[in-house]
Amino acid sequence: MKFRAKIVDAACLNHFTRVSNMIAKLAKTCTLRISPEKLNFILCDRLVGGGVSMWCELEQENFFSEFQMEGVSAENNAIYLELTSENLSRALKTAQNARTLKIKLTNKHFPCLTVSVELLSMSTSSRIVTHDIPLKVIPRKLWKDFQQPSVPDADVSIYLPVLKTLKSVVEKMKNISNHLVIEANLNGELNLKIETDLVCVTTHFKDLGNPPLASDDASRDRDPAEMAEVHVDIRKLLQFLAGQQVNPTRALCNLVSSRMVHLDLLHEDVCLQYFIPALS
Amino acid sequence: MKCVVMGSNVKVLGKAVHSLSRIGDELYLEPLDDGLSLRTVNSSRSAYACFLFAPLFFQQYQAATPGQDLLRCKILMKSFLSIFRSLVMLEKTVEKCCISLNDRSSCLVVQLHCKYGVRKTHNLSFQDCECLQAVFNPASCPHVLRAPARILGEAVLPFPPALAEVTLGIGRGRRVILRSYQEEEAGAQVPPVPGPTDSTVKAMMTEMSIGEEDFQQLQAPEGIAITFCLKEFRGLLSFAESANLPVSIHFDAPGRPAIFTLEDSLLDGHFVLATLLELDPHSQDLGSSQLHRPVPQLQGHSTPHQDDFANDDIDSYMIAMETTVSSEGLRVLPSVTLTPGPQRHCGPGPHSEEEDNDEAEPGPVPGTPPPKKFRSMFFGSILDPIHSPQGPSPVLAEDSDGEG
Repeated sequence: MKFRAKIVDAACLNHFTRVSNMIAKLAKTCTLRISPEKLNFILCDRLVGGGVSMWCELEQENFFSEFQMEGVSAENNAIYLELTSENLSRALKTAQNARTLKIKLTNKHFPCLTVSVELLSMSTSSRIVTHDIPLKVIPRKLWKDFQQPSVPDADVSIYLPVLKTLKSVVEKMKNISNHLVIEANLNGELNLKIETDLVCVTTHFKDLGNPPLASDDASRDRDPAEMAEVHVDIRKLLQFLAGQQVNPTRALCNLVSSRMVHLDLLHEDVCLQYFIPALS
Repeated sequence: MKCVVMGSNVKVLGKAVHSLSRIGDELYLEPLDDGLSLRTVNSSRSAYACFLFAPLFFQQYQAATPGQDLLRCKILMKSFLSIFRSLVMLEKTVEKCCISLNDRSSCLVVQLHCKYGVRKTHNLSFQDCECLQAVFNPASCPHVLRAPARILGEAVLPFPPALAEVTLGIGRGRRVILRSYQEEEAGAQVPPVPGPTDSTVKAMMTEMSIGEEDFQQLQAPEGIAITFCLKEFRGLLSFAESANLPVSIHFDAPGRPAIFTLEDSLLDGHFVLATLLELDPHSQDLGSSQLHRPVPQLQGHSTPHQDDFANDDIDSYMIAMETTVSSEGLRVLPSVTLTPGPQRHCGPGPHSEEEDNDEAEPGPVPGTPPPKKFRSMFFGSILDPIHSPQGPSPVLAEDSDGEG
């Protein structure tokens, strides 16, 4: 099992830092899957975290100028690691004005992801910061727990409004209620609703647009005005929104009535999928 | 005593108070003939800091009214800090600061003369106190590092704010290495993460390596390393960075205090920090090949601990402070105070603080257990340089295992 990668381009480094900051906001600990073409940050919080799961995928060649890996075996050419995501983001924070960044899987008394940063300095001297991020190597037999979640057929798919706006709305709503109802239809309408004994607040978004339906989709026969609705824990949604520092290229919300919300974002070449289960 | 600080020097004074406040809860203010001294020591007596502002720093400086003794006082750091809390306010609005202390008022009076004729007067009640004077001598330390504060400030930047201690050493190629120090049971230091695995509880190790050319002076052999508290060091650096002064670090073998100094024509600052005496080779050596080690590295946590004593977590803070009641003459003769054991191991600590130990016998006490790691704070003269740097350090206080 070997892994070594290098970033030299400042833009790539920035982008990678942004991704890791986002992951740190979304998940305390996450699983990093390394395969020859891709890196994945995975969260499969079945029980403890209330069932939120995340799948973030990026193509290694868009970031790294050098990338070498050797998985556990030829047929299972991948590495699964568990790490505290904040450690990675903190390590990358020091790399803001770096000449090069190297990431390496090492064993220093315990398995580590070693992030080594060569800093730019004014003088001729070189400064090197090394971070050893402790991690746990996930054995082969547990890999099945970290497969890409299957995306269920959505009742309604709708494009999301600017996430910042959404965030400020949800933030205010959180002060009033713990539960939020998300409802949307195929006419491009999205409602965020909270209900308490005293007050009911709904924010309406219009003309958001719906992605074209696949021809064999069940929702083809759906009445465009009919709302699909999901009750979610408002903190889970807010956590997702707070993690988004940059508005994504594309943001899609898929609702599966009374089951889950699937948020699908595309940031340049990083795709993030986030699943929030419905409250029963 | 009466002194007047003008303009931008008020901010300098404020900054100094800020950095002292990172160390102790009480501030010792003492007007001397060669300037106003502000000192503090932390509760475990493992860190001491002192600023001396020369008479030239002030627009007006009078250590004592003629015919009066020099007064000194001890005040709560919190209340003094609150006067200088907002540095922006000091910079923008305060034109002049008058500090006065006299017998009759029984108050330390700090007056801030602000813009538009606003005058803020703070009357701080104080206690008479003994003279706080740590005994140390930078010249007796064989190793010196000197660098602009900015370089050192940037060097500690990558370390997490919660990190308690940092190891400073000289690595291969005479590079200066700063590394996060982790105790054996790293989990105890880190706030428990509700993660399911131990890997996530273990803290991240960070290491900074800086080339020799960034230092103005580097007089230390490869392989030496000392471990000290980061918080106090950061306090010193934030002052030094704002004053744009170089910082000199004078140090000796691990376990002996490190002295950090700043000097300027108008002020000087001394910080004395205890360093960790680590006799357990593998815990200070978490996975780095950068520092030379005389002892071969032990592999990992799987290695059974050979010696329970080596893992015994009894750290002893020791300090020798001169706490004489006044009189310049006495200052030469330090009284030695030993505080054996960390707070949690020794019983009520302070009882031993008043004991005066005779410093003539630094040799091992008969029946001493094998040397174990302890943090020691020797402000000076207990250990002659002749006695210690190499070899097992003399144990000054018998370990009090059962007492807990």
